[in-house]
Amino acid sequence: MNVKFAAFVALIALCAPVGLSAQGFSGLGSDAEGFSTPAPAPQFDFPADHGAHPDYRIEWWYLTANMTGPDGTAYGLQWTLFRSALAPHTGKGWDSPQIWLGHAAVTTPDAHYTSERLARGAIGQAGVSAAPFEAWIDDWHLRGASFDALKLRASGSQFAYDVTLDAQGPLVFHGEGGYSVKSQQGQASYYYSQPFFALAGTITLPEGDIPVTGTAWLDREWSSQPLAADQTGWDWFSLSFDAGEKLMGFRLRQADGTYYTSGTWITPDGATTALPDGSFDATPLATSDVGGRSIPTRWHVRVPDHAVDVIIEAVNTQTWMDMSVPYWEGPVRVSGNRSGIGYLEMTGYDQP
Amino acid sequence: MLLTVKALTKSYSGAEGPVPVLRGIDLTVAAGDTLALTGESGSGKSTLLHLIAGLDAADGGSITLAGQDVTQLDDGGRAALRRESVGIIFQQFNLIPSLDIAANIAFQARLADSYSPTSARELADALGLGDHLQKYPDQLSGGQQQRVAIARALAARPKLILADEPTGNLDEETAGEVMTQMLALVAQTGAALVMVTHSPRLANQMSRQLHLRQGLLA
Amino acid sequence: MTAAGLSALWSHWRRNPLQLFTLIAGLALATALWSGVQAVNAEARASYDAAAATLGEGQYDQLLPETGNQIPQETFIALRRAGWLVSPVVEGKLVSVQLLGIDPLTAPNGLGPVGDGGGMSLPDFLENPAVFANEDTAAKLRGIIDAPLVIEPAIAPNTAITDIYQAQRLLNATGTLSRLIVARNQPVAQKPLGVVAPDLVRRAAQGGSDVARLTDSFHLNLTAFGLLSFAVGVFIVHGAIGLAFEQRRAMVRTLRALGMPLRRLVVLMAAELLLLALAGGGIGVCLGYIVAASLLPDVAATLKGLYGAQVSGTLQLRPSWWLSGLAISVLGTAIAATGALVSVARMPLLASAQPRAWANARGAMRRIQMLASLLLLVLAGVLALFGDGLIMGFGLLACLLIGAALALPLFLDAVLSVAQSWAKGVTAQWFWADTRQQLSGLSLALMALLLAMAANVGVSTMVSSFRLTFTGFLDQRLASELYIETDSPRQAAALERFVEPLTSEILPLLSIDTKLADMPAELYGARIGATYRDNWDLLAATPDVWDRIAAGEAVLANEQLARRADLWIGDTLQIAPDVALPIAGVFGDYGNPIGQAIVAEPLFTALHPQVRATRFGLRTDDPAALRTALMDDFGLSAQSITDQAQIKAFSLGVFERTFTVTAALNVLTLSVAGFAIFMSLLTLAGMRVPQLAPAWALGLTRRRLGQLELIRAVILAILTATLALPLGLALAWVLLAVVNVEAFGWRLPMYVFPRDYAVLGLFALVAAVLAAAWPARRLARVPPAELLKVFANER
Repeated sequence: MNVKFAAFVALIALCAPVGLSAQGFSGLGSDAEGFSTPAPAPQFDFPADHGAHPDYRIEWWYLTANMTGPDGTAYGLQWTLFRSALAPHTGKGWDSPQIWLGHAAVTTPDAHYTSERLARGAIGQAGVSAAPFEAWIDDWHLRGASFDALKLRASGSQFAYDVTLDAQGPLVFHGEGGYSVKSQQGQASYYYSQPFFALAGTITLPEGDIPVTGTAWLDREWSSQPLAADQTGWDWFSLSFDAGEKLMGFRLRQADGTYYTSGTWITPDGATTALPDGSFDATPLATSDVGGRSIPTRWHVRVPDHAVDVIIEAVNTQTWMDMSVPYWEGPVRVSGNRSGIGYLEMTGYDQP
Repeated sequence: MLLTVKALTKSYSGAEGPVPVLRGIDLTVAAGDTLALTGESGSGKSTLLHLIAGLDAADGGSITLAGQDVTQLDDGGRAALRRESVGIIFQQFNLIPSLDIAANIAFQARLADSYSPTSARELADALGLGDHLQKYPDQLSGGQQQRVAIARALAARPKLILADEPTGNLDEETAGEVMTQMLALVAQTGAALVMVTHSPRLANQMSRQLHLRQGLLA
Repeated sequence: MTAAGLSALWSHWRRNPLQLFTLIAGLALATALWSGVQAVNAEARASYDAAAATLGEGQYDQLLPETGNQIPQETFIALRRAGWLVSPVVEGKLVSVQLLGIDPLTAPNGLGPVGDGGGMSLPDFLENPAVFANEDTAAKLRGIIDAPLVIEPAIAPNTAITDIYQAQRLLNATGTLSRLIVARNQPVAQKPLGVVAPDLVRRAAQGGSDVARLTDSFHLNLTAFGLLSFAVGVFIVHGAIGLAFEQRRAMVRTLRALGMPLRRLVVLMAAELLLLALAGGGIGVCLGYIVAASLLPDVAATLKGLYGAQVSGTLQLRPSWWLSGLAISVLGTAIAATGALVSVARMPLLASAQPRAWANARGAMRRIQMLASLLLLVLAGVLALFGDGLIMGFGLLACLLIGAALALPLFLDAVLSVAQSWAKGVTAQWFWADTRQQLSGLSLALMALLLAMAANVGVSTMVSSFRLTFTGFLDQRLASELYIETDSPRQAAALERFVEPLTSEILPLLSIDTKLADMPAELYGARIGATYRDNWDLLAATPDVWDRIAAGEAVLANEQLARRADLWIGDTLQIAPDVALPIAGVFGDYGNPIGQAIVAEPLFTALHPQVRATRFGLRTDDPAALRTALMDDFGLSAQSITDQAQIKAFSLGVFERTFTVTAALNVLTLSVAGFAIFMSLLTLAGMRVPQLAPAWALGLTRRRLGQLELIRAVILAILTATLALPLGLALAWVLLAVVNVEAFGWRLPMYVFPRDYAVLGLFALVAAVLAAAWPARRLARVPPAELLKVFANER
């Protein structure tokens, strides 16, 4: 079945929001037959909406963090739980079309550790409950009495982390009140974030335990057909400037060489401004060789409306996520007319 | 000069040390010459013939055939010289038993890449073999087999024909016929002929005669 | 020039089609046997590998329930949530098919049917869980299960795979698992296994699959047979090539005299042989396919019965065996032709072009042959006395066989010369002298016959000895009339109480996997009674063995354990951390790959109180009545009761099938040898005319000459058989007492079967007579003109 596993994994790719190859994207752009689809002007119901939405095809709880150790070394951390539904319903026991995929990673300036987990629907191996909040797969979990104070842990064969997260600001809603459009044809998702987590805890690396502090950004998104069929990959930025403002921006690459862009400008107190198509601009300046692939790891990002003209550089250029769905994800440094830190995610570069 | 042999020596190892067979032979043959080599058994006639053909290696002296020193050639070079410039007719015929007569006649010419079906056919007709081309050697009489060997040697259009008692295995009457035919055909092609024979009568039909005695020309 | 040269070389075969046929047929037969055997082996091995891959056996550590055969699904979840990367497997029987449910999301990569058959994708697996199986297995399930069936040829025979959900449903096992596969790479932070799942035991991965090791003995025998057959074939090819080269000596000289360079000539001849080898090998591979396809069902049945190994009954064309078939054909030709080619290369251009008798045993050659034969036989003796290891065993076999084969012509010549010196009449004297002269031409074919007969004697002695030993062993081991399986220790206790008055003896089966003398082994607890005392024949024992065992003062060890640990009676064996007892007896334990020790039941229970017997052997004079009572009054199901006669019949049936395979191979090898003789006689017959013509001219009729030819073949065959018998017995001894011990750890007693050998000898005679009949008849009818020509043509 080893060969067939590849086929299976390709199918998993359909549900993953990241790392989509052209084929993966055509899957994401496929019909949302039988599934619910996002509609404008959403009315969120918390805490229930922190939980799973099995009638949508895909969903994720996506956390990235920039951290520093006692000696000032920069570290990055990623924790993601994806849900993918083969059919828009839940089942009992093994007979469930809901598939869960967990990715965890720790990045240092010169190393990158990753791990992946897979699980099925309703047997208890993985899932999300809204109140009290818990998102888990195997021994990995993100949980807490409320969504504002969470504990996060994960482990791989070479690393582990165990950190606490405390929200220092409100939830942030992207697009039009959480309705985020992804293409000119109108594909969209529900999308909100908690970008104001303060983080403290321990990361375990082959060389030993390291106490860390930093900030974390949690994304929540669900949809059934978030991308257009002709979109081949994306470049997604979450940036925290030293002055307290934050910027989320992404660029969807389209088969004809054009881009669809979108973003959110976030003030230190959590007020948001949506950036319409074209007002966020990201241009690669330099690429790195990552396992035979040419990956842009130095970027020029401009948002003229908010006086942003910065250079984005990867802390570690080799943060390839060699998972069943491969992609690049890692911490970045911001310099230029503003300085800061952030995370960069790039998909669709997996053909070496 | 087609063939020049100078100071040729050859001995074979015997039970009591080397036995000299040729002790210094000098000989020239021009194109069109017919030369009879006579001598008693063991006088070295066949050895001389084999050395000229490159079938055996000389101990000393030189053999220049068609401008090439046979004694200086390796096996491949001697083989090339044999198939292109020399036609050999053996006492035992040495036909290839598994090939039919037509293929036997054509054989050396095909080896030398000089095969012409017409001239092969003419040769076969001239030697009275026209009706036997599809037969195999073991279906022919000795005289017929030797005629095939003669046709085979001539079909390759050699410059020099070496014949080692070609009629030694034939009765007298047949021998006479074969000889006559051979000499006529050799004369037609303009090749030189060196023939070893016991028979003074046959030797007399040749333009020159040389007698070997104890490894020397008398 | 090349074309002309080739046409001359090729014309030889055209004019001598019989020789060409001999050569190609010899190669084809040799290759056929070899590749047929290899094909069977390859198919069986592929089946084991597929099974091992499907079941995850051997490759990964596994977690198994300590008792029973079920793991609650919650345990799996608890392990995953404690950081253990384990994958669930549920398995069970559906009709006779092993149904396997796996979870593709957590299964380690590479688990599942090997190969790239395609067809299994996630939607197939999860959305509408299909059951995957090969054609035969699917046929058994069709109509029995209500799930879609998908054909996947790469899946192991008699195994079906489906999603775990579907498997639980079909097996009525919702919520339970059979075992857990432990991934190789585990996270850094885990809770200890004993805390999360105290009821599970971890079984370590093994290097290869168990089945493969078990069945090695069978394949070893097949391979040995294949090699012997090939050796026989190479003798034939050697003969045919030698003859062809000898007959073409004159032609080779003529070609060179006419101007063909020697190197070109050798290259052309080598190319010609390569072509012939490929042609013969190709035909042989096709024949091999047929041989394998017809043997495979029997082999599959044998392996299944002997070792429970599932082997696909259908043959696939695998490059591994057809390429090896072609390769060995080319190799065999190369071996057979090297000498001939070297002699062509060395042949002086001017030496006498007279054909000489081929392979003429000249004095020097004969001395070398005698020396080589002696050397090999001495080496065989040295190896038998001082050698060690499996390779040595095979080296010994090779030395023995080749040494004997080389000695054969010398042996025959010696016997014939004695006969000649005793002969009175002139005809008899001429006959013996002529037979001696013929020897050189026939010796290769006779060597082939010798090897074929020796192989037959050896292998059939081994198999028959095995059967005899095994039948006795079965009688000893299957003493109980009925075997009972209960569901739980509680039912077992009730059963013991129930049957107590109905039986003469109750024999619980108590065992635990453990380590003895640092090797994996089983410890058994036995209730020592009349059954053991009366039925068990021990290989070695102290006089009071059963009393000492019963008293818990001593242990019994099986032969494997004893030999591997170099222990014997009187030595001490550690059976528990603080218990060491002397060995009072050693028992034969054929077919078991690992060590075993037996102690008395009370001692076993004291050492392992957690192990409770659920299976029992029952002794009774009236099995039928007891069976009825157990089913009607106690309520056991029919499946829980096994009849001893049934097991025995099944086990013996397995051996009959093994015999089918062995017998088929026996007949094939013998036919190849017969063919060799036939071809040698036929080719010799043509060359014999000049030798026979004087005898004919001096007054022997052609009819008489033909008769003498026939008698000659019979005498030579008898003489060869005389040598083949001791050689075959030596071969059997090496297989039983050396190779078997080195490979599997037990030694089989050797039995002799004179009647079988007599029948075999008769077969060999028949083969020789059949082979000689046609050439003799041809001689008897050779036209007088042909004989006269010999005189007429003489130069």
